[in-house]
Amino acid sequence: MSPPLGPALPDLALPPFIPFLNWAWDDLLFLILAGVMLGAAIFVVIGRDIVRSGVAMMLSFAALAGIYVLAGAVIVAAAQVLIYIGAISILILFAIMLTQSKSGPLGLVFHRQAWAGALAAVGIGLLLIISVVNTSWPLAVADRLWSATSEVALLLFDDALYVFALQVVAVLLTAAVVGGVFLAKREDSADPGEPAPATLERVRRPVDATVADQA
Amino acid sequence: MSHSLDAYLVLSALLFAIGTFGFLARRNAIAMLMSIELMLNAVNLAAVAFGAFTPQLQAHAALIALLVMAVAAAEATVGLAIVIAIYRNRRTPLVDEYSSMRE
Repeated sequence: MSPPLGPALPDLALPPFIPFLNWAWDDLLFLILAGVMLGAAIFVVIGRDIVRSGVAMMLSFAALAGIYVLAGAVIVAAAQVLIYIGAISILILFAIMLTQSKSGPLGLVFHRQAWAGALAAVGIGLLLIISVVNTSWPLAVADRLWSATSEVALLLFDDALYVFALQVVAVLLTAAVVGGVFLAKREDSADPGEPAPATLERVRRPVDATVADQA
Repeated sequence: MSHSLDAYLVLSALLFAIGTFGFLARRNAIAMLMSIELMLNAVNLAAVAFGAFTPQLQAHAALIALLVMAVAAAEATVGLAIVIAIYRNRRTPLVDEYSSMRE
């Protein structure tokens, strides 16, 4: 059994290893979380109902937050819960519900060229796994360490590089919000004094019609 | 198992491969965006794993993961706005129906 992780774990009345299996408890937890994460991710990718895919994605994010805790990165796990489960998943679920259409041919989930995608995915997965297993990491220590959140904060606000990165990300987020509002803005509700969207609409329709006629 | 760097990295590789397949094979644009989120999560997991096993990288890895999360949030905002804007014109979220630029 490795030395106890983290600050002052309470003295649990559990044996150090799982009876009959001789695994450490955190190994079992790692296996469960990894299985839930991969299973939910596979369901996201192959599920027929996209709303269920979105909910499975939230489950996958949650299991990954647990794996972050097991890896000792508590602040990343907290941010994962707040940003991914709290914000991005809700954003994606809203977009799913805004773009659900009963009329479209939703029966087919994959492209006709999905076999090529499967081939590429298996290839890249095998490549990554083989290179990971065959590489020895000279700087890696034998057991994982717990990162102190205060060190992260000090590095973020002391190191000039990370302060610059923080500012850049702030500008990027602002630009993304403005761009998102601009792109998703409903054009036909603009006031009639604005000619650009109307002409754009008028040009686009005949082009589509001719394309449909040629096809 | 949870005490070895390789386990975390193999898990990250598997998640990345699943995301790759979803991005390449799904027809729905929002499902493709969800697959991109899975791939970004895999990259984050790799960064956190390297930080957890390398004392020199510990705080750096957490910061890189946080920055990746912020960029992922920006990407999701703009990507979903584009999908909604296209949906408003074409009335479908399926990317193989967006063929008017092919001619």
